Amino acid sequence: MATVRIPPVLRSSTNGAREVDAAGDDVGAVLRAVTDQHPATETQLFADGGDLNRYVNVYLNDEDVRVLDGLETPVGTGDVLVILPAMAGGAG
Amino acid sequence: MPSGSEFIRQIKDQVQEIDPAEVHELTHEGVAIVDVRETEETESGLLPGAKHVPRGYLESRIEGVVPDRSTPVVIYCASGTRSALAAHTLTELGYEDVRSMTGGITLWKDRGYKVDVPRKFTPEQRERYSRHFLLPEIGVEGQQKLLDAKVLLLGAGGLGSPTALYLAAAGVGQIGIVDDDTVDLSNLQRQVIHTTGRVGVPKVDSAEISMKEINPDVNVVKYETRLDASNIMEIIEGYDVIVDGVDNFPTRYLLNDATVRLQIPVVSASILGFDGQLSVFQPYEGPCYRCLYPVPPPAELAPSCGANGVLGVLPGTMGLLQATEVIKLVVGVGEPLIGRLLLYEALGATFTELKVRRDPECPVCSRPPEDISDDEMGVFPDYEAFCAAAG
Repeated sequence: MATVRIPPVLRSSTNGAREVDAAGDDVGAVLRAVTDQHPATETQLFADGGDLNRYVNVYLNDEDVRVLDGLETPVGTGDVLVILPAMAGGAG
Repeated sequence: MPSGSEFIRQIKDQVQEIDPAEVHELTHEGVAIVDVRETEETESGLLPGAKHVPRGYLESRIEGVVPDRSTPVVIYCASGTRSALAAHTLTELGYEDVRSMTGGITLWKDRGYKVDVPRKFTPEQRERYSRHFLLPEIGVEGQQKLLDAKVLLLGAGGLGSPTALYLAAAGVGQIGIVDDDTVDLSNLQRQVIHTTGRVGVPKVDSAEISMKEINPDVNVVKYETRLDASNIMEIIEGYDVIVDGVDNFPTRYLLNDATVRLQIPVVSASILGFDGQLSVFQPYEGPCYRCLYPVPPPAELAPSCGANGVLGVLPGTMGLLQATEVIKLVVGVGEPLIGRLLLYEALGATFTELKVRRDPECPVCSRPPEDISDDEMGVFPDYEAFCAAAG
């Protein structure tokens, strides 16, 4: 079981949860487990072809999964996935 | 008992002396040069690279300045007498290679060699910045760098307020502020540089009043405008560091491209709700904003376009982390947050650090700065439609 950190813009799709526990052997499976639990997150995370949306960064612990093996990167018990969309707020 | 002059002569016989011409050759070769005159005497200049340790503090402070006793040391004073006595002391302390410069800085100057004239701190400045002087990492040199620095703040809002106040307090010499907004009552929950009495006043004017009240030394340069492609190069050129707290993606991309082209570091933060992000984008040393976020999110996922809630203290936390990074960059100490993204989540009270890497295919920073054209700056897909789509 991995822990997935949910960014503020997606929390309306996770009933306000800041973290979601999800099972899976790799990054793709863990994120699919998140979208199964919270279907509203699916279109925000995944593009039509099943790839991650380019504007969403996903980190396994502190490393961008794109420099690892992308959605096929293996995930171990206790790993943390961070979903990170760009924020621009300066609270002007 | 010997007379004073006889004693000095005896000491001079025991210490090694070095001619200014020889010191002039040495100045770039890893030799510690120590000025042992009184503080007032150093105001007209020191040898380039020299460290100042008044003779009265020599024994207690020399290890902080020259920790390794095998480092060759050249000592000088005004004329060569006090430096001979000091050299004798250092030899007794176990320094292996100590020489006293003959004729002191007087002869050095007579020979026409260059001196570095330190900024003259007024008694008021000595008092004001005394806690910085006491930090070896900042000290007199670091404070000089701060006083000579030019820092540009994009926005005098949530993030810009604490940053502006603390950078003014720290003595940053020139602080530019870009903001075209006026103070609104709903700003005051977080924008602590403004006051209830200044509602309706342009933010740049309100910010200037607060900064000048804290530190009249600071030169505040006001740009009551919005940063756009037509004015960005003119505004940002010449600044040493830019503090980015802008509230929309188009300006962030525009800023990124312009700062990569001009090679100006950007201390960037963003906030939403209870969450903050912070990183330092140092062009060509680390990744740029486009390496981190190659494309912006679609408008419905880009909360920058409308009004959103934010915990009032959150921009305080993030803005002060920005101010800290600015000071580190200006003074040249510590490890700036280059290639790292710091996430702060206030509800859980957690900090998370993520690695950010340069993208070898980055459309901007993978190319030499002179190749980035005006037409390309700030461009990204759906630029025109971006905030329009958010309604």
